[in-house]
Amino acid sequence: MTYLLGYTGRSTLNLLYAAATVCVLMVDTVNWTFIQPLRGRGIRMRSAVEHFVEFGVRSMPIVGLICFLIGVIMALNAAGTLATWGATRYIANLVGVSSLRELAPLMTAILITGRSGSAITAEIGTMKVAEEIDALNVMGLNPTKFLVVPKFLAMLCAVPCATVLSMLIMIFGGYCVSVYYVGVDSGIYIDQTLEALEMKDFVTGMVKSVFFAVVICWVGVFRGFQVEGGAEGVGRQTTSSVVTSIMFIIFVDLVWTVLFY
Amino acid sequence: MTQAATAQPEPPKADDYIIQVRDLVVKYGERTVLDGINLDVKRGEVFVILGGSGCGKSTLLRNLVGLMRPHSGTILIDGKDFTAMNDEERIEIRRRLGMCFQGSALFNSMTIGDNVALPLREHTRLEASTIDIMTKIKLELVGLGGFDEYMPSQLSGGMKKRAGLARAMAMDPDIIFYDEPSAGLDPIVAAGLDSLIRKMQHTFNLTSVVVTHEMESVKLIADRVVMLLKGRVVGLGTLDELRQNDHPFVQQFFAREPDDESTGNANYLESLTA
Ligand SMILES: Nc1ncnc2c1ncn2[C@@H]1O[C@H](COP(=O)(O)OP(=O)(O)O)[C@@H](O)[C@H]1O
Ligand SMILES: [Mg+2]
Repeated sequence: MTYLLGYTGRSTLNLLYAAATVCVLMVDTVNWTFIQPLRGRGIRMRSAVEHFVEFGVRSMPIVGLICFLIGVIMALNAAGTLATWGATRYIANLVGVSSLRELAPLMTAILITGRSGSAITAEIGTMKVAEEIDALNVMGLNPTKFLVVPKFLAMLCAVPCATVLSMLIMIFGGYCVSVYYVGVDSGIYIDQTLEALEMKDFVTGMVKSVFFAVVICWVGVFRGFQVEGGAEGVGRQTTSSVVTSIMFIIFVDLVWTVLFY
Repeated sequence: MTQAATAQPEPPKADDYIIQVRDLVVKYGERTVLDGINLDVKRGEVFVILGGSGCGKSTLLRNLVGLMRPHSGTILIDGKDFTAMNDEERIEIRRRLGMCFQGSALFNSMTIGDNVALPLREHTRLEASTIDIMTKIKLELVGLGGFDEYMPSQLSGGMKKRAGLARAMAMDPDIIFYDEPSAGLDPIVAAGLDSLIRKMQHTFNLTSVVVTHEMESVKLIADRVVMLLKGRVVGLGTLDELRQNDHPFVQQFFAREPDDESTGNANYLESLTA
């Protein structure tokens, strides 16, 4: 019993401590991203661009492929049911709305987490283990400014950009199935899609993707700074970074979906 | 090289001490790692911190450069209390400090040249071409001329340490800290680093604080030595003074004797949990 209480107490304390650390990290990042540059302290733009290419551009092949396939799968699933009603043209509505609102932002975020969230944790964790973070501090260089801000900015641009492309690709996947497999007329599919979609759907998806970007970056960075010990510490935190990040992404998704409806 | 032992410096005035540590206590959580350290480092000397593995040498160094805040006690650098400063003031002081890390801590994603140029690029408004020249000079200084396009992973251990030294020297610091500069290197490379430490101290009148557990390098480089055991100072002075010290641990260290077999294990375990 005392063991259980002790365990609960310790876990709670750890959780509170982690929450406090994350808050400090958030304030620090926002400070160095948006406030300090106004005071004439620059941002490492080159590093941010490099990270954007890494997070956004280089992830596009895999994100594109997966999103295309999800579009195909959705359309195939829908086709079976809708065909019995002779309503195959409504595949367009289903694919369009679910990609924009939900699936494109979510899939993109999850894929970028697996690809780049883990890489962020591994990079920062390795630097911590190799005393490189300490070296930055001794040189009077702020690790947040130096390491976190470029990644934060890059993520903030990369995830929404990738999401827009994913939306288009997913719809294209649905289009391919409907037109070439089910036999819906190409013009009808496009008309149906345009009719079904509202600006609100797009905005919902984009807002979500921005929040996902923040989650991916902060979880990755936070886990990276948590690394203790050697290489196995990096491995452990990298795994847990991906898990935590996906968990928070789903959670944020839920909150936004509830708020929008 | 024996100048350390033969030089007879007159007693320095109080302001000749560039670092003064008073009653420093450092804890990791509940565990006390440094317990009431007192020491002074004179301007321009090579000061060695000597002690067995795990006795808190690196921890002491991390406190001296302000990477950790001590539990209690003060660290005066040039008479100013480092522990009581705010972050801005610390950054100012830190620009006058350089540190060579145990594993060199070069940034692996940058070339050696960029590593050395980084502090200059971030802290000064010098022209790129000027920074380029300064970088080349620093690399030349540590015997790595022409290596500026190499990545850290392409260098050997000893070269990495030299590159780390070049980076620490980039901002022309007053004090330079070395954490185990010769650990993990073969004796010849290690001796090369030792003489480099001496050369730096000599050429730039640098104050050097060197952490080590190797008696051989101490004999080569040290002006004065502090000996730590389980977070306490057991001896302080020149090497000759230390030899006269009759603390059993100091004698044991000089004689390179192992711990008594019967107590060896207990001591080892104690050193882990002390
Ligand atoms: N981050 C840390 N958390 C907890 N204990 C630590 C940490 N770093 C070092 N220690 C402990 O402090 C003691 C002194 O460590 P350190 O200063 O690295 O020793 P040295 O450099 O003399 O080998 C060791 O017993 C080590 O286990
Ligand atoms: Mg050490």
